[in-house]
Amino acid sequence: MNVHAIRAIYRFEMARTFRTVVQSIASPVLSTSLYFVVFGSAIGSRMGTVGGVSYGSFIIPGLVMLSLLGESISNASFGIYLPKWSGTIYELLSAPVSFVEVVIGYVGAAATKSIMLGTLILVTARVFVPYEIVHPVWMVTFLVLTAVTFSMFGFIIGLWADSFQKLQTIPLMVVTPLTFLGGAFYSINMLPPFWQTVTLFNPVVYLISGMRWAFYGTSDVNVVTSVAMTGGFLVACLVAIAVIFRTGYKLKS
Amino acid sequence: MPYACAVPPDAPPIVTIRGLSKTYASGFQALKSVDLTIRRGEIFALLGPNGAGKTTLIGIVCGIVKPTAGTVTADGHDIVRDFRAARAAIGLVPQELSTDAFETVWSTVTFSRGLFGKPANPAYLESVLRALSLWDKKNAKIMTLSGGMKRRVLIAKALSHEPTILFLDEPTAGVDVELRHDMWMMVRDLRARGVTIILTTHYIEEAQEMADRVGVITKGELILVEDKDVLMRKLGKRQLAVVLQHPLAAIPEALASPALALSEDGTVLTYTFDVQSDDPGIAPLLAQLGAHGIAFRDLRSSESSLEDIFVTLVKESR
Repeated sequence: MNVHAIRAIYRFEMARTFRTVVQSIASPVLSTSLYFVVFGSAIGSRMGTVGGVSYGSFIIPGLVMLSLLGESISNASFGIYLPKWSGTIYELLSAPVSFVEVVIGYVGAAATKSIMLGTLILVTARVFVPYEIVHPVWMVTFLVLTAVTFSMFGFIIGLWADSFQKLQTIPLMVVTPLTFLGGAFYSINMLPPFWQTVTLFNPVVYLISGMRWAFYGTSDVNVVTSVAMTGGFLVACLVAIAVIFRTGYKLKS
Repeated sequence: MPYACAVPPDAPPIVTIRGLSKTYASGFQALKSVDLTIRRGEIFALLGPNGAGKTTLIGIVCGIVKPTAGTVTADGHDIVRDFRAARAAIGLVPQELSTDAFETVWSTVTFSRGLFGKPANPAYLESVLRALSLWDKKNAKIMTLSGGMKRRVLIAKALSHEPTILFLDEPTAGVDVELRHDMWMMVRDLRARGVTIILTTHYIEEAQEMADRVGVITKGELILVEDKDVLMRKLGKRQLAVVLQHPLAAIPEALASPALALSEDGTVLTYTFDVQSDDPGIAPLLAQLGAHGIAFRDLRSSESSLEDIFVTLVKESR
């Protein structure tokens, strides 16, 4: 294991994050805070409870997941796409590193940033909306698992993309709709039976449901299923990355 | 003055390439079963026209391009089976000025050293940056540097992990004359420290100036590998231009020879002779000119350069 390489990639990526702290940290915290103000404090105060939880509090796990997914994908995809775009990928390809070390370095940095961001959003949310965390260990587990898994997914997107436009396509056209339709703002039990079944094909449902269970002890789907689905997606991403590096898809000619 | 530091022909190999072929997905065959051995400690110049396969060859050895067939060992390690050890021994300066524009010089060389598995060594990196006249710019963002300095940053990155083999792909492309000479000095210094250097270049003068051996590649085939000095002797030609006092309509029959040519305006006779020949035949020629009453007012001699040889070889291979 080339530990020095992992450290070098991780530090390099984290340094980029701190160099662009306004875009990387402040912007997503601000935009998520607006959701808390509008849906939590303003509209939420006029709405009833969902599953015994006030609406403002109910949407917190979903909003944290919304930010976590978007930022994880964005951080990791940009992190690996940038050297491809600038041409400095030659150094990574010619270095004595395996895909495992590359993934640990890039995905580790992207996930770290997302976890920092998720924590900041939680702290900020407390200013606007009261909430409790019934299962804090599980909350941290879901936070970390989701950040790592979707950073891997973002890494795959960064490897696949050959333009900035493509880099944005999957997050905007696929991930954001799945997140909004994944129960961030409602319980899937509020949907007609047919759509409840359809929704179960949305992987984001399991993430949000699991996170909500960690907060309030209630969930749309079984928490074990949530963990299993997230773990399964993580393994699928890992296998995809291994195949990409082995075949050199979009990396080596 | 050309630099000479002969590496003995029996010097151990440091890079061994056998039957290396590459066909891209488009069907273009960039390399056709190339065999090449690079000797430890030498400066090897790989020459070839655009699209000849130089960069593909380097790309395969460095792990950037996947070979279609063949094997490569670097510093005794197979580049596929034992890729970590092989790549750790290699430094690459790419042709393109691909840099982390927003990073500082110091952070980018520190990153490169770590990426290649070496623990931090600020003292060594300082020595590299000083040798490349970059120490004053260590905290400057790369985007603020000139093209020549960016090229030096790429060299510093390639040297950051103390490689024993250095690939320089067109290292002086777009670099001014002064900096080019500085780089030549730097390459010599590196070789003096035991680094084996393989360079591709469009400047044949560069190969003539520095290389111990020269390889010529065209259309994916290595058509020649030879000691530079031997090559110059074998294929080099010298010419003697005899500037006549009065133009000639034609070469007198008694003097006619394939080695002798008359310029279109009849004022210059050009005599071509073999560099290796003990008796180039100049004295008899001048005597014969005198005997035929042909007076001359000037004599100019010239020797073919590596560039002339290269152009001839590439033309012959077409």
